[in-house]
Amino acid sequence: MSELEYKIVVGLEIHVHLATRTKMFCGCELVYGGEANSRVCPVCIGMPGVLPVMNKQAYEFALLTALALNCKISDFTKWDRKSYYYPDLPKNYQISQYDLPLAEAGYIEIPLETGQTKKIRIIRVHLEEDAGKNTHTLGNFSAVDLNRAGTPLLEIVTEPDMNSPAEVRALAVELQRIVRYLGVSNADMQKGHMRFEPNINLQITKAGTEYKTPIVEVKNLNSFRAVEKSVAFEVRRQLDEFAETGRTMASGNKSTRGWDDENEVTVLQREKEEAHDYRYFPDPDLVPVEMTDEWLTRIKSRLCELPIEMQKRFITEYSLSDYDAGVLTAERKTAEFFDAAVKAGADAKRVCNLLTQTGMKLANEAGCNVADLGISAENLAKLAKMAGAGDISATASATIFEEMAKTKKAPDVIAAELNLLQKSDAGELESVVDEVLAANPDAVADAASGGKKTKKARGFLLGRVMQKTKGQANPKVVSQILDKKLS
Amino acid sequence: MADELLNLTCKQLRDKITAGTVTSVTAVEAVFAQIEALDDKVGAYISTYKDRALEAAQTIDRKIATGKSTGPLAGVPVAIKDNMCTDFGETTCGSKILENFQAPYNAHVIEKLRAADAVLIGKTNLDEFAMGSSTENSALKQTLNPWDLGSVPGGSSGGSAAAVAARMCFAALGSDTGGSIRQPAGFCGVVGLKPTYGRVSRFGLVAYGSSLDQIGPVTGNVTDAALMMNVIAGHDKRDSTSVSNDMAPVCNYLEKLNEDVKGLKIAIVPEFNAGADQNVQNALTSALDVYKNLGAQIIEVKMPHLDYAIAAYYLIATAEASSNLARYDGVHYGHRTENPADYVEVYSKSRAEGFGAEVKRRITLGTYALSSGYYDAYYLKALKVRNLIRTDFTKTFKEADCIIMPTSPTTAFKLGEKIEDPLQMYLADIYTIAANLAGLPAISIPCGLDKANLPIGLQILSPAFTEKKLLRIARMFEGKTDYHNKKPVFQL
Repeated sequence: MSELEYKIVVGLEIHVHLATRTKMFCGCELVYGGEANSRVCPVCIGMPGVLPVMNKQAYEFALLTALALNCKISDFTKWDRKSYYYPDLPKNYQISQYDLPLAEAGYIEIPLETGQTKKIRIIRVHLEEDAGKNTHTLGNFSAVDLNRAGTPLLEIVTEPDMNSPAEVRALAVELQRIVRYLGVSNADMQKGHMRFEPNINLQITKAGTEYKTPIVEVKNLNSFRAVEKSVAFEVRRQLDEFAETGRTMASGNKSTRGWDDENEVTVLQREKEEAHDYRYFPDPDLVPVEMTDEWLTRIKSRLCELPIEMQKRFITEYSLSDYDAGVLTAERKTAEFFDAAVKAGADAKRVCNLLTQTGMKLANEAGCNVADLGISAENLAKLAKMAGAGDISATASATIFEEMAKTKKAPDVIAAELNLLQKSDAGELESVVDEVLAANPDAVADAASGGKKTKKARGFLLGRVMQKTKGQANPKVVSQILDKKLS
Repeated sequence: MADELLNLTCKQLRDKITAGTVTSVTAVEAVFAQIEALDDKVGAYISTYKDRALEAAQTIDRKIATGKSTGPLAGVPVAIKDNMCTDFGETTCGSKILENFQAPYNAHVIEKLRAADAVLIGKTNLDEFAMGSSTENSALKQTLNPWDLGSVPGGSSGGSAAAVAARMCFAALGSDTGGSIRQPAGFCGVVGLKPTYGRVSRFGLVAYGSSLDQIGPVTGNVTDAALMMNVIAGHDKRDSTSVSNDMAPVCNYLEKLNEDVKGLKIAIVPEFNAGADQNVQNALTSALDVYKNLGAQIIEVKMPHLDYAIAAYYLIATAEASSNLARYDGVHYGHRTENPADYVEVYSKSRAEGFGAEVKRRITLGTYALSSGYYDAYYLKALKVRNLIRTDFTKTFKEADCIIMPTSPTTAFKLGEKIEDPLQMYLADIYTIAANLAGLPAISIPCGLDKANLPIGLQILSPAFTEKKLLRIARMFEGKTDYHNKKPVFQL
């Protein structure tokens, strides 16, 4: 079969655990893991007679995220019960938001490999409670752990605006960066803080006619790699299937697949979309949430500059490369630390190099963010400025950086203590040069000859000057003096 | 002597106990003597806690003896409907599925009663999950009407009403979703108050219809209802639907209780009342005469949507119930079937074995009402009717302070008379349901006896959060009549 022209169409449904102090509708402290059923109370395990109370912090975290996703915040939202029977769902209904989500109609801007960005539209953002976990390791019995039950869960649904596995991954990564910037989620993939469910199909053009393949939803992906690979796999699989069967999208033929991480394939779970009837109705135990201007203004004041905006600003204002800007904005602390040092008057490229070459290595070893090494932005700026002015050598600036982290002292103090300051005083250095020249007439002759030996002789003389100044002479200044003397 | 003690009101008993002329232990012992003498026949209690009660009574007596201050129900023996969670004993809801359920927490009202130094003596029988009007739907026992052991006590708080009527406690708590406090109070000749929705916290009340359920007192007289309200009313942050004290300040319901409401305007709905039987209509007419003699003005109004209250109620309450009762699945607690084939059977068999017929009927009805394709025609339409009923009340209360109507269309019916005919049973709540749909306070007080010597209840409804005035209006009638002092005579 000849090569088909096709377009990949992907929409994402994302669940994000919010890092609130307590659970969504009860007072249980939100702590990951723990002995099974140890982090529960009568409310989150759905005992008779207990009632849910909305966690305001969770609602505000959700609002903050929705604002960062450029959504329209609803004036009025309510809570609905979504009914289905499953052992990990203690009440056999989940408290969610059905027809009035807390925010709608936004977009997320994602960076592309080309250096451009792309806007992916957001359909809706709503809050709900997570279920517990079933495990099936007890032979004839299944066990239920409800520690996770009641964790605030933000659901974000995008339009099918992504057209490649890389774009889907980029969105996932960007969303992680955003929620971490906002401080609303730890977004730790290993702990299941973010779960992705892409809906994938293809628009195939064959002999001038467009065909749409049946939509496949891949459930419960919890790594960026799985997100990207599963979409890539589905593209190949759907192409093959279309070639074989010619099957196209029709009502009811959406299927659900799981991801087999070991074999890197998707596996069929449900052939047809089941006609689920969740019997949604407003939860009579909870009151609707009405948004006031005052409240919304308060939440808006907590927004920070978004990572993609910072990244763009670092490139345009500070002339950083895409790569450097990406590295520096991966985490909000790093980005703000860098930005503060530059705003304190240091050269952006120099600060960037100090952070990416020396700082991040140290931070890695210390297991913390580079901003948490104990160095102030002012001292970082000072160090960059000293290096820029030639007061210290490149090697010395790395040494001083390390010392700053260790001793919390200012870079000029450290440079003085460790004798790392370069001598740039032309008058002082000139007398040293004169002494060296006087003591080495042969080399002077060679250097001035303009012949083969010139370079070597100059190097020798420079070396003697450095030796005499115990390495503290600024080689650039010495070189200039030599040029003058020998010409 | 014991009889004299048992005939005291809560307030009188509390005063004697705090004055040191009667001990709480004596009161508890008298109550248990009465329970031991009568409850084999009446069947009001699912469980009693004599040792615990005596211990609590001793503690209160000691407090009083040592001059410590005590709460407004100091030493008074009180019973609890068995759908309110207690951290002692079982909370069964009259159901097989929760027969052995022990709650690790107390309902808000239990905490309030304890803080008021009431002595909790036992938990009373009810229609399973409060679904019923005769207490015949209890899966655990049958409660009989103390006035006629061949008749039902009403329901679903039949146990609480029977216990108060038979003086097996001084006061009790009931819950009212469609009349479950007022109707049994009427049938048993006692006072039953359903407060405004949101006035008393539902925390710890096992839910039936969450937007309708409300806890309230069952007492021997209006003053004791006011005293109980002083203890249980107020905001609770654990119940999001409980109204804040800013929006509706709690007040002292006993204050000015005995002062007549001047210029009282009473609305009646003649077309609606015409459905009641003649005994009830006669008692209503006499009751209105009492108010007229007190200077009240009676105005006739139309409330056209009341006719649809039962239909709307049986959609809304059952829809909520179908969801509220989904948690009883045999997985986490409660009855679990033996040897299920798979997890679906854990659900289906545990529920089939654990729930009684009426509960199953209501879960089925509610599930149907919420199902896709039917939601708009049933649940949504019922919500619209609910709003229209609210509007009827708002209009009426622009002209009148309260509405008076019968509590029930009949007096207590015979055991088994309606149990095979659910629709007839549902009609027993025709006068009480509207107050739940509109969230309004309503009280039933004794207003006479029929030819068979069975009590008749008078129902008074008033605007939201006007319980204080409502109690005063009720007290006006009580002050001029003697019906509340009539007690059932037992021929054992």
